[in-house]
Amino acid sequence: MRLLIIEDDRESADYLVKAFREVGHIADLAGDGEEGLSLAQSGDYDVLVVDRMLPKRDGLSLIGALREKGNHTPVLILSALGQVDDRIKGLRAGGDDYLPKPYSFAELLARVEVLSRRHGGPAEETTYRVGDLELDRLSHRVARGKDELTLQPREFRLLEYLMKHAGQVVTRTMLLENVWDYHFDPQTNVIDVHISRLRSKIDKGFERPLLHTIRGAGYMIRDGIR
Amino acid sequence: MTAFGKLVRTTAFRLTLVYLFLFALFAASLLGYFAWNTRRMITEQISTTVNAETGELSEIFGRRGLRGLVNNIENRALRPSANLYLLTTLNGQAIAGNVGSLAPGVMGTTGWSETAYRRLDDQDNTDHRALVHVTQLSSGFRLLIGRDLEERRRLFGIVAKAAQWSILVVVVLGIGGGIFVARRVLRRIDAMTGTTQRIMAGDLSGRLPVGRSGDELDRLAGNLNAMLERIEALMTGLKEVSDNIAHDLKTPLTRLRNRAEEALAKSATEAEYRAALERTIEESDGLIRTFNALLMIARAESGQARGNMDDFDAAEVANGIHELYEPLAEDDGMSLRVKTAPVPVHGNRELISQALANLVENAIKYGKPAPSAQPQGAVVSMDAKQILIEVRREGDQVLLSVTDHGPGIPAADRKHAVERFVRLEASRTQPGSGLGLSLASAVATLHGGELRLSDANPGLTATLAIPALKGAGDRLAVQTQDVPQKVA
Repeated sequence: MRLLIIEDDRESADYLVKAFREVGHIADLAGDGEEGLSLAQSGDYDVLVVDRMLPKRDGLSLIGALREKGNHTPVLILSALGQVDDRIKGLRAGGDDYLPKPYSFAELLARVEVLSRRHGGPAEETTYRVGDLELDRLSHRVARGKDELTLQPREFRLLEYLMKHAGQVVTRTMLLENVWDYHFDPQTNVIDVHISRLRSKIDKGFERPLLHTIRGAGYMIRDGIR
Repeated sequence: MTAFGKLVRTTAFRLTLVYLFLFALFAASLLGYFAWNTRRMITEQISTTVNAETGELSEIFGRRGLRGLVNNIENRALRPSANLYLLTTLNGQAIAGNVGSLAPGVMGTTGWSETAYRRLDDQDNTDHRALVHVTQLSSGFRLLIGRDLEERRRLFGIVAKAAQWSILVVVVLGIGGGIFVARRVLRRIDAMTGTTQRIMAGDLSGRLPVGRSGDELDRLAGNLNAMLERIEALMTGLKEVSDNIAHDLKTPLTRLRNRAEEALAKSATEAEYRAALERTIEESDGLIRTFNALLMIARAESGQARGNMDDFDAAEVANGIHELYEPLAEDDGMSLRVKTAPVPVHGNRELISQALANLVENAIKYGKPAPSAQPQGAVVSMDAKQILIEVRREGDQVLLSVTDHGPGIPAADRKHAVERFVRLEASRTQPGSGLGLSLASAVATLHGGELRLSDANPGLTATLAIPALKGAGDRLAVQTQDVPQKVA
């Protein structure tokens, strides 16, 4: 995956470039809004990571300029402004995801990977399959092998989200945002409890577990160990 | 700027000048009208008299001939302050009358004219002016009868003088009044400016003087004072927050630093380093959460989140929170129930959800039945482990309450419990930032309501009481569509 990081704080930018390279991605760096805009237009990037407050041209206006020119590369906005209304403003400006600072790299990586996959991925499918687990989005049926599973509506949405991003790490915050539409941090491990319920329904009694906990990051649904 | 310059620049003074000009114009036109009319009246009077005399004398000439006319003229001319008479022959020879000299050509034209003249008996050599009428008599004689215009001139002089004086008086009174009014206003404005400057210099307790007259300046001062009140409250809140941040964020930061230092000094194996680093990340995550909660409270309290309000169903929020926390409560050996009726509210859905989530988290954490309260060996009843989320409408308020049957909070501590960072004795051992109730309270205040803590006998009921949507009735614009999901 080719990434462009537009961030004026040298230290965190260098850290991000290094960290992305370590996990096997190609990351370029721009130090201000103008440079970022010209690089984003010329380069063929999968995802842009844009700091909201930049010298020369701020992040939101950069995104606006890109979108105006018909460039639809997914953008993740990084911002020290983490309130709900700031987030909405960022998404309205054309951002695809919004991550308040300070963030963990695991969270950023998970979100960037989801964004890049969405961009290049196939159209929405009606049936998701992971191993012998099958989810039909139209009839709301879930089956593992020959066994039909009964899920609560929210469990269904949770599984649907996980399966849509099968093979990708999904963080707790992403689940809270996308499955429950809450943008606050619960002080407790409330998501973990939902996951463990779901896990007991889809994995219990089967030889191969599909729903995995990724330590320090979140969860992933996948078949087998890669 | 000089004091006078300031005075002249006031709105009151400028307005006075405008009025002054208008009044002066009015006075001038009034007097002008008066003068013109008087002049016309006098002229009319003169011409009536002259016409009458012309008629009389023509008749005398007709009846008694030239001799009779001359006699009559001479008689009339001798009376004091008499009119002017002059009888001439065809070639301009004076026969009778009291006129010494006339402007040339007056006798040549018949009818009315205004002319300079001199009487025969005049001692001084000054010209007077008169309005005269020349009549052509038969056999070529011409008769002039006229009247002095001195009276008219004097009257005009009086009017002119009156105009001068009245304009002078208007100007003096106007400027004086303007200065008086402007100074009065200026004094009050200066007092206000002085106070605001003191306030800007940092004395937030200063208030503008408010008079008792209830005029526009008093109303303005009253409103500004209300604004200052709000600013002071916000500033006090901000100061409290920064004090609390200083105090309560420094503690975990110090702990973080100590741990890092200790790890650096004592860790020997990679596993030890790893453990220390993991603890450091955990600790900093906690710090970030505390920080976010503080910012959110500050925003809620300052009213910034007001822009983000819409209409939604409070029951839907309660059901959502119930759905989110129900498994967690169950894992903790509690049961979470929800009892709702559709109640429309206007507010910030996200903040109300979070406030309710905080109350539920508190109930799960602290609402377990106290072991001491139970008789030895007794099985704790299911009822005591129940947490109830309830949404109902009471009068014009919407109540979102969370009730547990734990140890509760003693009545004396309840007010205290809402304050920032306060963690009651019973909760010290549990993780948490101590901001949950503060945030719930700030959210309630933002919506024009309050957070109430009451006894559930045993246990605690925490209620978010916010005003109901006015005139909503059954009309319910519930938004079931969520915010567009971007990471999808």
